Amino acid sequence: MTMTTTTSQTGSASAWPAEPEPTGKRRRAKKRSPYPMWFYLPAAIIYGALFVVPTFASFYFSLTRWTIFDSQFIGLDNFRTFFSEPYLFESLINTIIFATITSGMKVVLGLLIAVFLSSQIIARGYLRSVVFFPVLVSAVGIGVTFSVLMDPFDGLINKVLAVFGIEGPGWLTDPNLALISVALTDVWRGVGIAVLIYIAGIVAIPQEYFEAAKVDGASATKAFWNITLPLMRPATTTVIILSLIGGLRSFDLIWTMTRGGPGFSSDVLASVVYKQYQAGFYGLSTAGNVVLFVLVAAIIIPLFWFLNRKEVDR
Amino acid sequence: MTTATGTPKLNKTYSWVSGTLGILVTGVVFVVPFIFIFLTAAKSRQEASLLQFSWPTEWALWENLVEVIQTRDYILITAFINSTIITVGSVALMVIVSALVGYVLQRRRTRWNGLISFLVLAGLIVPPAVVPTIWVMQALGIYKTLHGLIFIEVAFGMAFCILMFRAFVATIPRELDEAAIMDGAGPIRLFFQVIFPLLRSVIVTVIVVQAVFVFNDFQNPLYFLPGDQGATVQLTLYNFQSQFSTSWNLLFMDILLITVPMLLMYIFFNRQIVAGMTSGAVKG
Repeated sequence: MTMTTTTSQTGSASAWPAEPEPTGKRRRAKKRSPYPMWFYLPAAIIYGALFVVPTFASFYFSLTRWTIFDSQFIGLDNFRTFFSEPYLFESLINTIIFATITSGMKVVLGLLIAVFLSSQIIARGYLRSVVFFPVLVSAVGIGVTFSVLMDPFDGLINKVLAVFGIEGPGWLTDPNLALISVALTDVWRGVGIAVLIYIAGIVAIPQEYFEAAKVDGASATKAFWNITLPLMRPATTTVIILSLIGGLRSFDLIWTMTRGGPGFSSDVLASVVYKQYQAGFYGLSTAGNVVLFVLVAAIIIPLFWFLNRKEVDR
Repeated sequence: MTTATGTPKLNKTYSWVSGTLGILVTGVVFVVPFIFIFLTAAKSRQEASLLQFSWPTEWALWENLVEVIQTRDYILITAFINSTIITVGSVALMVIVSALVGYVLQRRRTRWNGLISFLVLAGLIVPPAVVPTIWVMQALGIYKTLHGLIFIEVAFGMAFCILMFRAFVATIPRELDEAAIMDGAGPIRLFFQVIFPLLRSVIVTVIVVQAVFVFNDFQNPLYFLPGDQGATVQLTLYNFQSQFSTSWNLLFMDILLITVPMLLMYIFFNRQIVAGMTSGAVKG
């Protein structure tokens, strides 16, 4: 990398103000591309130092007892702790549950809302904007707002339910429900992106398909199952992968709404990483990071390959 | 989709009935929480503590605004200044460095291309390792500094931008480059005077989308910029959450304050935001 840098830099410096003798220029033009490699350099330095190096370093430090200043190699002890302590291991399960719920709901709701919002209805533009806006609001703000709305006694949601005679649950205080409540909030916040992606896909379907289906006497429901749904495959791939990546890494909402509680019932990997970091267990925290990395890779890479292969087959 | 039925009259009925239904449902699900934020931010302390969805008996919007700004020695002002610096700095840097990469990556075929594309995809997928990043930042002396966080945001947001730029550069005909080279433009002039101006529409999209992301970012400032000195708006809100557990009016005033800029962005840059979120997403 350094060698290309120095050579092309001198090259461009001499060539830029004025061209030297024609023969030299011709010979050099062969070697020197108008798209110099050093254009990569600024990005490579930042990305390499702050992303690539820490990622590789994490594999080593996850095997150590670590206090930033000095580290002691302890083999797989951190991982052993991680998988034997129930409160740590539970976070792995919770992460998978959280990602599955959010991603599944975003696919289903996103598609339904998108079909609805691309039919001929009044105020379509307004409705699309309203559904999308929460995507732009900070997770902390939404987390605070919904933890108030989900308050078991004074919260708006349970008050509305009470009007209908339903006794609302303790959304964030019930250990069995806390994770799901946060997941629902995450769907509320993120479904707008899924809707947008699906709308873009639906708009791209040629109208003739629907006209032909109508001529053949297919109902609207049938047209949905046999035309819209199969053609939404690429969009669905995108939505699944995007929301899985987001869901597995999710931290902001969970941390502002429950801090992993009550108990450890809504802890996910990202919140465990933060808790262990705060507690000063840097090695264990980094091990959590590595587990998260492996989990993301183990889910996303096969899925990516599988979904894309199916697409090619068609 | 459902338009495929019957007479125009029926269509019109459908259009009105469903549209109205949609407005009602989204009104309850999506609009009410925002109205709740606004109403609570406008109430007095006692009234806000009831957490009711009701009209304020007395409007205290201005008083709450003043009080929340004065809290803890005007920390909110510091936070807004810091967040602005971080957002502007990182987005500007991100645009330049990733435009350079996206451009060369699209134009030049070398044996590095595969590796670089892989690294870009990895940047979208791999969760950053927190403590090792702090360790590197400490070694470089940029931990707990604004510019340190700017570099972090650039490193983590770069992958998305590169993909956007690479896709857009592919639509610029190569003949343009060749013409410029014939006219004696070097690599730097070719990029900055010929290509870069043509990227304007995608640059606007990248700026808007990344500005939203960086401004709303909570996790990275929490890890890499702790302490009151480097408070950002999201961190301040997070700290207020425990501090204002009895004064919801002030807490929701703060939420209102950080939501309004996003609302303005959305009103002015609706098209770019939608384009960026979907096109970038499809490629990712």
